[in-house]
Amino acid sequence: MVELSVSHSPASSAAARLWAQQGARAALAVLLALVLLACLGPALSPWQPETLDWHHLAQAPGLAGAHWLGTDRLGRDLYVRTLHGVRLSLLLSVAASAISLVIGIGWGMVAGYAGGRLDAVMMRFVDVLYALPYLFIVIILTSLLARGSLVVLLLGLGGVGWLTMARIVRGQTLALKRREFIEAARATGVGSAQILWRHVLPNLLGPVLVYAALIVPQMILFESFLSFLGLGVQEPQASLGNLVYGGAQEMESAPWMLLVPAAVLVALLVCLNLLGDRLRDALDPRAH
Amino acid sequence: MLRYLLQRTLGLVPTLLVIVSVSFLILRLAPGGPFDQEQGLSAPVRANLERAYGLNESLPRQYAHYLRALAHGDFGPSLRQRDFSVRELIAQGLPVSLTLGLAALVLAIACGIPAGIAAALRHARSTDHTLSALSALALALPSFVTGPLLALVFAIHLHWLPVAGWQGGALRFLVLPVLTLALPMGAYLARLTRASLLESLRSPYVRSARARGLGSARVLWCHALPPALLPVVSYLGPASAFVVTGSLVVESVFGLPGTGRYLVQGAIDRDYPLVLGMVVVYGALTLLLNLLADLLYGWLDPAVRHG
Repeated sequence: MVELSVSHSPASSAAARLWAQQGARAALAVLLALVLLACLGPALSPWQPETLDWHHLAQAPGLAGAHWLGTDRLGRDLYVRTLHGVRLSLLLSVAASAISLVIGIGWGMVAGYAGGRLDAVMMRFVDVLYALPYLFIVIILTSLLARGSLVVLLLGLGGVGWLTMARIVRGQTLALKRREFIEAARATGVGSAQILWRHVLPNLLGPVLVYAALIVPQMILFESFLSFLGLGVQEPQASLGNLVYGGAQEMESAPWMLLVPAAVLVALLVCLNLLGDRLRDALDPRAH
Repeated sequence: MLRYLLQRTLGLVPTLLVIVSVSFLILRLAPGGPFDQEQGLSAPVRANLERAYGLNESLPRQYAHYLRALAHGDFGPSLRQRDFSVRELIAQGLPVSLTLGLAALVLAIACGIPAGIAAALRHARSTDHTLSALSALALALPSFVTGPLLALVFAIHLHWLPVAGWQGGALRFLVLPVLTLALPMGAYLARLTRASLLESLRSPYVRSARARGLGSARVLWCHALPPALLPVVSYLGPASAFVVTGSLVVESVFGLPGTGRYLVQGAIDRDYPLVLGMVVVYGALTLLLNLLADLLYGWLDPAVRHG
């Protein structure tokens, strides 16, 4: 039997396929719970992220002093700090992903549509940046400009994530610009900018969406990696990266300091990766 | 063939030059200097210091000077690690980093590819599901989490292995860092091998090999596997970049005397020659490994070889 889904748009049927997968639903639920907890959770605890509690230094998780997930060496509440870290990591990574999407789409669309020498030069530039390990550039940038400045960190992260996006978009644009509807638009005298904005961009959304979903966990990883090395978010501000670093220093005597932020980070990454993978499957026309 | 090799290798020089130039420019245009953190440095002393290191000259002249020295293999003196040239520092650290990276790469290949083959041969059975779940987990775990966790379990709780240190590269000290670095690569290799082997097992040439009555072992080793390994070979390029960045973390977690800490500390201290030297060495290394992967690919892929 052939099922015809005439009434569904590609987007809504992709959403339906995504919803039909158990793994995707579970990942979405955990992710939503984490986001909610990050937004509202700190308000449930009597503690502030930077308050020192001298009576409960390096306290193990439990009910003592309402430090549900324990405290660090300075008596700061780990539950509140971890949730603040989640909040910061999510904000930074979503913003950095948005930056790299904008740059990548613009760069790839212009290169692919212009073609010729401009295309060659632009993509050669991408190749050169590709040859260097990503994080190298970020390390140099962030440590040189202003260590600990969130804006610089954001620009550094967003500034390197766009390379893959530019390649994907360029390839798609190359294929699109040979299609009849673009030719028709050009024949009727529509300008290049208008064609890119009205006709090319909307047709790029599928692959862009998939890549956007996959780049967010990558940005979280980069951010916490830099913070772990001491080049990203700086103490006393909490991020998942510097919490893991702090925990790794104390793991012999206080393993929870490592385990709590590490578990949250891993849960976040696993859920986001899983969701991205499933989204790719759901949007892949070949798979259905 | 030799000529082609030479051509490709020389083709790396312009790319490397661009990398060096851009890094040079970024480093110098950023505000702040290498002697900012020195307390109580009077103006004449600072001027003398800057003159001694050639920092008072114009930027183009410094650039020309740097390139000339670089062509002779001289990376200049380190500005912060007194009495050390950058070449000495790199020569000290690089063997450690290379040992770590190569051992991890070998381990990842030795475990990842067989795991991928096993998963593909037992497609959609419990072995496959278990391996897939394990590899997804290993891929999601960042090395700065796995490193401390492995140390917590195997060093602190079980006392099987040392927590950190190098001791001239004794095997006991190598196990945990190499494992940490190899884990995500091995997982990725396993996934890659599984996916491409599954595809090649379904292909017409494998079916025709089976139809000719060849045994399943022969079909696997002679017909299905070689083409399936092509994507694996092309992953070796990105893998080398991963090793480089991964070793930054692993060296920091396990306190290894490699080159990773020079890059981070050098960038913080604004030790221009040190950071530039690291960028040159790592840049050249990644470019070379990418080229190597490229050549290997060309040699393995009949479509390219006879094309």
